[in-house]
Amino acid sequence: MSTEPVLQIRDLEAWYGESHVLHGMEFDVRAGEVVALIGRNGAGKTTTLRAITGIVKKRAGSVKIDGTEAIKLRSDKIAKLGLGYVPEERGIFATLSVRENLLLPPAVKPNGMTEAQIYELFPRLQERARSQGTKLSGGEQQMLAIARVLRTGARLLLLDEPSEGLAPVIVQHIGRIICSLRDQGFTIVLVEQNFRFAATCADRFVVVEHGKVVDQVASADMDAKSGELAAYLGV
Amino acid sequence: MSYQALMAQLAIGVSNGAFYAMLSLGLAVIFGMLNVVNFAHGAVFMLGAFVALFLKLQLGLGYYASLILVPIIVGAFGVLADLALLKRLRGLDPLYGLLLTFGMTLVLEGIFRYFYGSAGVPYSAPEGLVGAVDLGFMIMPLYRFWVIVASAVVCFGTWYAIERTRLGAYLRAATENATLTQSFGINVPVLLTLTYGLGVALAGFAGVLAAPIYSVNPLMGSNLIIVVFAVVVIGGMGSILGAIVSGFALGILEGFTKVFYPEASNIVVFVVMAIVLLVKPAGLFGRAT
Ligand SMILES: Nc1ncnc2c1ncn2[C@@H]1O[C@H](COP(=O)(O)OP(=O)(O)OP(=O)(O)O)[C@@H](O)[C@H]1O
Ligand SMILES: [Mg+2]
Repeated sequence: MSTEPVLQIRDLEAWYGESHVLHGMEFDVRAGEVVALIGRNGAGKTTTLRAITGIVKKRAGSVKIDGTEAIKLRSDKIAKLGLGYVPEERGIFATLSVRENLLLPPAVKPNGMTEAQIYELFPRLQERARSQGTKLSGGEQQMLAIARVLRTGARLLLLDEPSEGLAPVIVQHIGRIICSLRDQGFTIVLVEQNFRFAATCADRFVVVEHGKVVDQVASADMDAKSGELAAYLGV
Repeated sequence: MSYQALMAQLAIGVSNGAFYAMLSLGLAVIFGMLNVVNFAHGAVFMLGAFVALFLKLQLGLGYYASLILVPIIVGAFGVLADLALLKRLRGLDPLYGLLLTFGMTLVLEGIFRYFYGSAGVPYSAPEGLVGAVDLGFMIMPLYRFWVIVASAVVCFGTWYAIERTRLGAYLRAATENATLTQSFGINVPVLLTLTYGLGVALAGFAGVLAAPIYSVNPLMGSNLIIVVFAVVVIGGMGSILGAIVSGFALGILEGFTKVFYPEASNIVVFVVMAIVLLVKPAGLFGRAT
């Protein structure tokens, strides 16, 4: 197994117009790891994911994906490095049917899941295949947003608050899916406010504050450090 | 009012509507994707007619060859215009695109006026399309009938390509959220340039269809385009189906107005536009945002 991280972030800075949001983020994610980014509202977690994908264009520093420097690449080229992004607002297209949403992203690497495998994992999406994408419930939209990137063959997934605004049973269901993706060898960066949810399958927590990483905690040390983490999250 | 005269105006109305539909379709697609109000649409329509004329006079190529070649040539012109000019305005206020394409219109029309004045050059319909066709309930000039059929096929084809194909799904997704679409690995900048080329190619095709009806002249586009803008507003900016349906419907309405109240026939489309804007500002098929 190579020791080269799948995702290596150094000195990452990002701006929205004039407002400087990321101030030198640094962390690594190794193959097969689930890393949870946690931190208060406005800490810069979403911006970190958007800077990795190239959606936030004004950025500096270094983002290496499988060893390839991505900081100067356009977002469609970055996706082709094997990246799958599930945005915070889910990004389901209203003018596309559920199936069209699912089939939209082109393959970025070989051996993505087939449509049949996706439907096996998310039977509900098959039942609703012909409805308008945004007619789905919040939980179904979240599943669609995840399913959509599983088809592309991306092995590095960025998931932004997949549990946000969902009923507890659905949150559990999505949690099981994320754990099973980890078991299948996907590498996952998970942004989460819901700490208990993140704890179910994260290997490591990266604490973000004011656009910087202020702490990293392995999940094995969780119990010892739970007070500290609670303080970071302000809960 | 005789039945024959009514039907004659209906035929003219539907075939005018066919032009409105093809032109507003291209405008709607371009506006939806690029957020550009393509003022040059009338000028490229005129360009299409002139290219057909050149192909005939210089190369001896006939009407049917032009129907295929002109959209390709005019589409290529659109791609170049986008790469050289429009592309620089991406992400800016739509006003810039409007001004640029207005400028392109002045240049194109100026060039053709310099060489041809504003008098028209006739372009005859191919022999097979001369004469009349008996539809049972009316007798119709065969060429106008052909225009309606050709336009319906092209409009349906465009609708199908956008609503039912993979490339169309890319277009719709990018229209809705270009940033996210691109982050999935789709080359949105190329898609935008192609869309402009295709929208403009549609106008070029319409120009060839129009050549035998209106004589080929530098101002043939600007006479039409103002009405077409009204059609797009009525259908809903950016709505594909809205552009097609309201194009044909307004052509018919205009035709009937010529019969029953000729004085109003030049303004009826604008009256409808005003009413639609008051009642449903996003247009008949538009999505309020
Ligand atoms: N589009 C934008 N334009 C300008 N500033 C923005 C924009 N999006 C976010 N910001 C600012 O950037 C900072 C970081 O926001 P970000 O969305 O990355 O935080 P977050 O950690 O994801 O928060 P949350 O937990 O609420 O999702 C915040 O101060 C926010 O106000
Ligand atoms: Mg966020």
